[in-house]
Amino acid sequence: MPAPVIDARQLRKTYRIGDQEIRALDGVDVLVEEGEMAAITGASGSGKSTLMQVLGCLDRPDSGEYFLDGEEVAKLAGDRLAQIRNRKIGFVFQGFHLLPRLSALENVELPLMYAGIRDPRPLAEEALARVGLADRMNNESNQLSGGQRQRVAVARALVGKPSLVLADEPTGNLDSKTGAEILALFNSLNAEGKTIVIVTHDPEVAKFGRRRIHMSDGGVVPADRIARTDSARFAGAEAAK
Amino acid sequence: MMFWMLAKVGVKSLLANKLRSFLAVLGIIIGVGAVISMLALAAGTRESIMARVSSMGANLLIVRPGQAGRRGIMTGTAQTMTLEDAQAVAAQVEGVEWVAPVVSGSLQLKYFNKNAQTTTFGVTPSYLAVRNFAVGRGRNFTDVEVERMARVAVIGPTTATNLFGRDEPVGETIKVKGVNFTVIGVLQAKGDQGWANPDDQALIPVTTAMKQIFGVERVREIDVLTADGFGNQRVVDGIGALLRQRHRLAARDEDDFNIRDQAEVIDTMNTFGFVMSILLGSLGSISLLVGGIGIMNIMLVTVAERTREIGLRKAIGARERDIRNQFLFESILICGFGGVLGVALGVGLALLIPWLVQMAGQEQFTTLVELNSILVALGVSVAVGVFFGYYPAKRAARMDPVEALRYE
Repeated sequence: MPAPVIDARQLRKTYRIGDQEIRALDGVDVLVEEGEMAAITGASGSGKSTLMQVLGCLDRPDSGEYFLDGEEVAKLAGDRLAQIRNRKIGFVFQGFHLLPRLSALENVELPLMYAGIRDPRPLAEEALARVGLADRMNNESNQLSGGQRQRVAVARALVGKPSLVLADEPTGNLDSKTGAEILALFNSLNAEGKTIVIVTHDPEVAKFGRRRIHMSDGGVVPADRIARTDSARFAGAEAAK
Repeated sequence: MMFWMLAKVGVKSLLANKLRSFLAVLGIIIGVGAVISMLALAAGTRESIMARVSSMGANLLIVRPGQAGRRGIMTGTAQTMTLEDAQAVAAQVEGVEWVAPVVSGSLQLKYFNKNAQTTTFGVTPSYLAVRNFAVGRGRNFTDVEVERMARVAVIGPTTATNLFGRDEPVGETIKVKGVNFTVIGVLQAKGDQGWANPDDQALIPVTTAMKQIFGVERVREIDVLTADGFGNQRVVDGIGALLRQRHRLAARDEDDFNIRDQAEVIDTMNTFGFVMSILLGSLGSISLLVGGIGIMNIMLVTVAERTREIGLRKAIGARERDIRNQFLFESILICGFGGVLGVALGVGLALLIPWLVQMAGQEQFTTLVELNSILVALGVSVAVGVFFGYYPAKRAARMDPVEALRYE
């Protein structure tokens, strides 16, 4: 059996704001197996963003262990962490974060460039074709709609064939229809075996996760208690299904 | 590939803020332009001084009476040198090509009702060879005429014009200090040398000058032309030894003459030109420095503006050096671009300055743009890019990806 994609134990992270100590992560365990599609949910201030940053290797936990795809990364920093991000993680952000004045193709080529791949074009073309933008490859990002931009971002996340696609509020800047299209895209990618973790506060989006990791006050809420602590809105949405 | 992408992103981000980029670059343009035009000015001045000095010949030694004091100030004015000294130098010192004893004074020349105050030199025929003059019309006087104290004169072209206008001077008789002289030749024009006009002079046999005009027993100077490839210093030493012996100087006595080596003067002029280049060059460099500060400013703004881009690049795997190199590259790009425009400005100014000076009614004035100064200016502007771009680039490279991604 392969190692889990995410195997994090007892993650702790404390921020200081003035005199106040905020325990953003207070002994969090997260386990995501290969091929899973998980949703990390939680209200603002629940530690969800911090968890996403730590799992995404953008930040280090104060303590705890984190094995990403079998590799211990909790103690890494700087350029080593950058290389881990480059090889193992594909990010999709709420604000797309495409570079202006570069074509869709060039945006998708970026991670490969940092990976030192000499001829990134065919791979970038393949990734863009996969997200349905084969005919928009040479458009600059300001010539694309929001949905198309996010597709480019998904292609950029996929192009390096990462172990994990980490999406942070991927539908937050999209209307519900295009948001649903992006989620459908994630679904089909997951069906192809991609491991996907979506961070969201939106219960509608969280539904897409086969499994929910719900954060509250810096800790993961056990699965059987989610319904009670969760908002009525989420329960309502579940009922409507 | 990496380079191409950097170039593209860099150029595009410059073009996205055309006015701002231009203003940032302006400092470099002006700086490089100033360096180039200042160096061209220095080089032009140096070249024209050198041309004038070397027109007298690098092989020229001038022996004068009196001691060479420290710092070149002559002390003592005792007239100690004779025609016989000159003959002895010519006959006995190795490496001497030509020797010309000289007496001189500013005298009134008259031709009918026309007057000219002109420096008159009593010389031997070899003076022309020593001082690099040539006869334009007529002829030089001969050794026989010197021996016979003939009353003949060779005059400069300016003097000829002053006295004769457009008439032919050769064969005419002029009065030098009231004594009749026959004009037998006119020198070729040499051009004004700034401190003395060699075209305005009269040359007469040294014997005639000493006995009949100035009434002196001693010569003012002895001009010596050394043989090519012999080495001026050996000749200087030879002349020194001979004159000390002839003047019966004891070992502890100082020389009662001094020998000026024209090659040394050329060296001095070279040094002077070099110092001038440094001075003017550093003046220009100050504006280049100020331009560099402008670049640093604009790079800091660019880095701040593109915080989100930096965050994204770091998130997808850019290492610190990738980010640093990107912004360093852009800084170098701006400065290199400014450098090229600055060279154009500098060359333009270098061409314009002589023209303006001429329009203002001044004498000819030359500037010289040397390839070296262009290369140096371009090199320096790239160095400015690296130097002033490094801090902003480093700052970009050190950004925390989490903070940078969140930046609005």
